[in-house]
Amino acid sequence: MPVSQETLDEIALSRAEYEAIVDRLGREPGNLELGLFGALWSEHCGYKHTKPLLRRLPGESNRLLVAPGAENAGVIDIGDGFAIAMKIESHNHPSAVEPLQGAATGVGGIVRDIFAMGARPIALLDSLRFGMPQDNARVQFLVHGVVGGISWYGNCIGVPNVGGETWFDKSYTGNPLVNAMCVGLIENANIVSATAKKPGDLLVLVGADTGRDGIHGASGLASRTFEEQAEMRSAVQVGNPFLEKVLIEACLEAINVPGVNGMQDCGAAGLTSAAIEMAERSGMALRLDVSRVPRREEGMTPYEVMLSESQERMLLAVEEHAVPEIEALFEKWDLDATVIGHFHAGAEVEIYDGETPVSETPIEPLTSAPEYAFTAPKPEWLAKLQATDPAAPGLPPVSPADALLKMLASPNIASKRPVFRQYDHHVQTNTVVEPGGDAAVLRLKGTSRAIAVTTDCNGRLCHLDPRTGAQIAVAEACRNLACVGAEPLALTDGLNFGDPETASVQYQLVESIEGITEAANAFGIPVVSGNASLYNESAGKAIYPTPIIGALGLLEDATKHAKIAFRQQGDAIVLLGRSAPWDGPGTLAGSEFNSVFHDVATGLPSMDLNLEVRVQQLCRNLVRAGLVSSAHDCSDGGLAVSVAESAITGGLGASVTSALPDRWDAALFGEGQSRIVVSLPESELAHLKAMATELDVPVSVIGSVGGDRLTFGEASVPLTKAADAWEHGFERATTG
Amino acid sequence: MKFGIVVFPGTWSERDTQYAVQDVLGQPARLIWHKETDISDCDAIVLPGGFSYGDYLRCGAIARFSPIMESVREFAGRGGPVIGICNGFQVLCEAGLLPGALVRNEHLEFRCEWVNLRIERADTIFTNTAAKGQLLRVPISHGEGNWQSDSETVRRVEDNGQVLLRYADASGNVSEATNPNGSTNGIAGIINERGNVLGLMPHPEKACETLIGGADGNVLFESMMRSATAAIRS
Repeated sequence: MPVSQETLDEIALSRAEYEAIVDRLGREPGNLELGLFGALWSEHCGYKHTKPLLRRLPGESNRLLVAPGAENAGVIDIGDGFAIAMKIESHNHPSAVEPLQGAATGVGGIVRDIFAMGARPIALLDSLRFGMPQDNARVQFLVHGVVGGISWYGNCIGVPNVGGETWFDKSYTGNPLVNAMCVGLIENANIVSATAKKPGDLLVLVGADTGRDGIHGASGLASRTFEEQAEMRSAVQVGNPFLEKVLIEACLEAINVPGVNGMQDCGAAGLTSAAIEMAERSGMALRLDVSRVPRREEGMTPYEVMLSESQERMLLAVEEHAVPEIEALFEKWDLDATVIGHFHAGAEVEIYDGETPVSETPIEPLTSAPEYAFTAPKPEWLAKLQATDPAAPGLPPVSPADALLKMLASPNIASKRPVFRQYDHHVQTNTVVEPGGDAAVLRLKGTSRAIAVTTDCNGRLCHLDPRTGAQIAVAEACRNLACVGAEPLALTDGLNFGDPETASVQYQLVESIEGITEAANAFGIPVVSGNASLYNESAGKAIYPTPIIGALGLLEDATKHAKIAFRQQGDAIVLLGRSAPWDGPGTLAGSEFNSVFHDVATGLPSMDLNLEVRVQQLCRNLVRAGLVSSAHDCSDGGLAVSVAESAITGGLGASVTSALPDRWDAALFGEGQSRIVVSLPESELAHLKAMATELDVPVSVIGSVGGDRLTFGEASVPLTKAADAWEHGFERATTG
Repeated sequence: MKFGIVVFPGTWSERDTQYAVQDVLGQPARLIWHKETDISDCDAIVLPGGFSYGDYLRCGAIARFSPIMESVREFAGRGGPVIGICNGFQVLCEAGLLPGALVRNEHLEFRCEWVNLRIERADTIFTNTAAKGQLLRVPISHGEGNWQSDSETVRRVEDNGQVLLRYADASGNVSEATNPNGSTNGIAGIINERGNVLGLMPHPEKACETLIGGADGNVLFESMMRSATAAIRS
């Protein structure tokens, strides 16, 4: 019986994909089977358009304990029996439809990915993108909903939220981005696998009851553009952070019970994806009885049970003898633990409703979605943008001093305290460097060490050159780590792009992956996990390509770290990476300055990875040697903003003495890469210069710390005025 | 001094508190599951922070019915020292062991930040290692820390000297500008009339070492330890 177009649309499979299914099964799929294929062959679960690209990412490191893609998250050895599991994941489409629940369940989902590895979640970060908030009630609603959702869910589960970004551009107006990253700590190298170990292992579902929420979340929401989502509200899941919290504790207890062989979270595509992927990894067949799944609604069909994306559920593979202990353990936490199936020799998934067989499907075709490889030439529109001189708009009709105040008040630059003060960032008592700096630092109790974590991506630069922009995202994330004194160990990537069936997006995908690969290789670190979110479009326009990079770094000595704030009156201010203070007009390409004053993004960003690596090494050496009072990278807003932020957070003025050139816009606010601003006592300058010479890094002594003004050449503003603009800019832009 | 730290489903500050009193201050500390009732081995009880039962219904409203709470009530009734931190403060109010109630922050947002606490009395078992007027720099982390009560109770609490801690600026001044949640009279922590039960919204266990931003929170636990030693000597 030929399937109707309506049915295919509902599960987001193409006619050709349907025919491939028939071909591989040797028959027409049944109704439930079609649902399974729709979920597992969705972009979200099957990575149809990105798998061939993702294979190019570097996955090698002698610290790697779990290879990328092998499990729910990558795992990195940090010594002394400790390991870190980390991953970033998007929840863009649900957050666009229902921002509070969308963002909250995004946090819940990534946290389950991490504790499924046997890791205690120790940090969350959030990378958010919205349209321009000024006078846009819808965007302001999204900002407050998303931040409120992360606050509500994250605070309740007792995991500190220590970093991330909140960034605005009209590219994201109809399609916000909500990417959440979670970092977990594994002790005694006790990594849990998402597999059963032997035939006879039982499949145990723990946590929440199953309802009709989130059906087709993976195949539907995540594979459609924004206009198509309006009628899909029921595809958004609803979170229960209290349940998540007790589930974390119960599961981390359960992994120590002998006979518990594996654990897997129920994420996108619910039981379908979780159970079938577990069977596939185990190389065994699975028999599953949907009638045993505890429900929160009457009359649910096997199809609905298998496709539900009800939150706060996990699967365990448990040997029969251990079941009573597991039931008792979950009972203690007032949670259900129900045997719903078992693994056995074979290669099929058999689904039963009580004694009635519903479907029997070979696992291999289910878990090997088609792959679409592509290459695409550079789009013409992009070549034109790149060839446009970013300095062409000329100087705006304001003084450099007024321009600085306006830049500091831009919501992309202004302090994000109004966001992160709504997130608990102290719980678990490890936070050494708090949010608001370049990277967060978390000490590891029982050791002298600390880890550093950060996220980064400038979508505007990726728009202008996806390859260089992706390199810059990696470089900036690692630069953030260098500024706190950490050595980069691993990356996770959240790939947010538009419709992969268009040539422009295909070009962006290919180039971005190449850029990430080149930069990761330059730093010698792997990409250990990640997530791809495609079809981020509204009104037929794709978002800026936004490959968000999460980075993990290590500090051997937690006490040897730096923060961004100036600390000492009279300290010299030194720019690492340049032999003179001011950059030229080319660095206005894709700059925040050009966006704020001219509403344009033009030109060609550039990146010298070789210099970047050396600059970061120098910064790290300086911090570890305890030579510098502060370190802060130059990113959005360039040198003037970097110096201003160090001054404002330190409560100390600063003076950069060189006369401003004619193009003061580029000099102050150009966004040339590979620059870090440090401050240190003048007595240590010779030492710094010697270390810089050794690494062949240009440096420039550009000024000094002190006074109550911020001065750049002839431009000068009172520190209090700059602080007011920077501290209140975000609230002023996002309210009223 | 042996600390007993009560764990409700949804509590998340129990390990932080255990770390502060055991690893930093060298005192034995054990976690007490909320369904336990025998706490006779403990010299002090802590109801730590978190979201017991997800704060559903009202903060602390469900936890107060846990079996452990009857034992805590008896323990407090015998004069045993009890300290409720954040959610623990909310539970103590719900249980009637402390007056008033914690309602939604006035600005309706969750707040996580460092605050200065002014010590109003140094003659209690929780503050005897400090000086009156001394400031403690400690983090807060709550959405419902706004202490309110009827005017009669507020007057009684003030007149009895039951206010132990107030939100202040770096110079010790208490004003609307230093109040992070709208709490009546800038109240951050109160004791019962007998002086052996303390509830406070800020998290002293999160300020236990300079590496993580400060160690001022230890003052409260160290004072409890000193009182216990003094009690044994007398």
